[in-house]
Amino acid sequence: MIKIEGLVKSYGDLEVLKGIDYEVKEQEVICIIGASGSGKSTFLRCINLLEDITDGAVYIEDVKVNDSATNINEIRTEVGMVFQQFNLFPHMTVLDNITISPIKVRKMSKADAEVLAHELLTKVGLSDKATSYPEQLSGGQMQRVAIARALAMKPKIMLFDEPTSALDPEMVKEVLDVMKQLAHEGMTMVVVTHEMGFAREVADRVVFIDGGYLVEEGTPDEIFNNPKNERTKAFLGKVL
Amino acid sequence: MSIRFDILWNYKDLFIRGIWITLGLTIVGYTCGVLLGLVFGLGKLSKRKWIHYPCKWYIDFFRGTPLLVQIFLIHLAVIPTIFGHSLGFFVSGALALMLNCSAYSAEIFRAGIQSLDKGQMEAARSLGMPHGLAMKEIILPQAFRRMVPPLGNELIALLKDSSLVTVIAATDILYAAKVVAGASFRVWEPYILAAILYLVLTWVCTKLIAYVEKRFSTSYVPSKRPKAFSFSRTISDGR
Repeated sequence: MIKIEGLVKSYGDLEVLKGIDYEVKEQEVICIIGASGSGKSTFLRCINLLEDITDGAVYIEDVKVNDSATNINEIRTEVGMVFQQFNLFPHMTVLDNITISPIKVRKMSKADAEVLAHELLTKVGLSDKATSYPEQLSGGQMQRVAIARALAMKPKIMLFDEPTSALDPEMVKEVLDVMKQLAHEGMTMVVVTHEMGFAREVADRVVFIDGGYLVEEGTPDEIFNNPKNERTKAFLGKVL
Repeated sequence: MSIRFDILWNYKDLFIRGIWITLGLTIVGYTCGVLLGLVFGLGKLSKRKWIHYPCKWYIDFFRGTPLLVQIFLIHLAVIPTIFGHSLGFFVSGALALMLNCSAYSAEIFRAGIQSLDKGQMEAARSLGMPHGLAMKEIILPQAFRRMVPPLGNELIALLKDSSLVTVIAATDILYAAKVVAGASFRVWEPYILAAILYLVLTWVCTKLIAYVEKRFSTSYVPSKRPKAFSFSRTISDGR
């Protein structure tokens, strides 16, 4: 479903990703782990081209993403993204946050979009917050709204960029629970995370990125219980 | 020496006309200037070099040269060259104020947009919104709140700067004072009246700005909030 070939990303002389190959199959949940500055977030952001790709290629359902002939806006409607800092639109109500893209981009009617939004809010457990503004919500609630907002475009893939890293500890679970539910429903997910418990429990494959290289990948059992690479062992020794 | 404000009464029509001209020049110059400023501000933010550089040069020129020089250039050189004759002080004056104001407000727009967290644009783009739509729906409504105070300053500055058009014989407040001073051989009364009139006008503007600022206060949680602001047209750029 997602195919990454020789992905290289540089900022000027600084090479952040040094040639990564990977493939994500439909309905797979991939967790990407690694130290801060290892390039894992950049890797995720290259998938929907929030970062320009320096070299290599990303294919989503066999369409090359980094091709000037590709309409990236169309691709992005199929690829939802959830950010560490939530990035809700503060000048809009929760309901408007969720409906704006279906209405403006998918050309859905306002009434249909609002029905959809209420369904999604119920799903993330925030059916009573439709008329609230983001600043009236807690971090965990904001992140769940952000997930609902991404789901409103009915994406085939969801990208999560450290979705719980900016949350107070007691709010992490409510967000992870929503993500688990999504995973069980068969959503294809790529999750950059520091939550090793989540990766162990939910991921189909775990990818360890270090220094811009994909160092090791495998099932949670292989990575967490039986890592082969020394760098993986060193990293896990620090975080587990 | 005795101060006699009563003699000014004979010239009241001159001052009333002056107020209208000053107000007219300011309103036309400011409104058109701010709208044009939005265009140049967005242009300067463009990643495309052929849009970015002309906008940057335009802003640099009109911010880097005196308004007085711009007024002379437009009134004595640009307009006569294009039209073959003068179009009157109002057209020249309003045009000069508009161009000058647009350069300053372009910088206000650029700074306001750049002050927003870039996550806002990324979130909008990640939802499939094209750049122009994201700008119109997400970025500008938020940036506008931050632009109200500096745009207010610009209005007051422009109102006062409009007195410079008196050099091309525009019949504004300052011109009225000059005429009265020449005719009555008195300097204190007309110029003090001119100062008072400008003070009253800037005071009204200050109140107006304070009101707008309050309506668009920094909190997004609505109490008396008006409907979300929306811009009808923006430049689109990027993918």
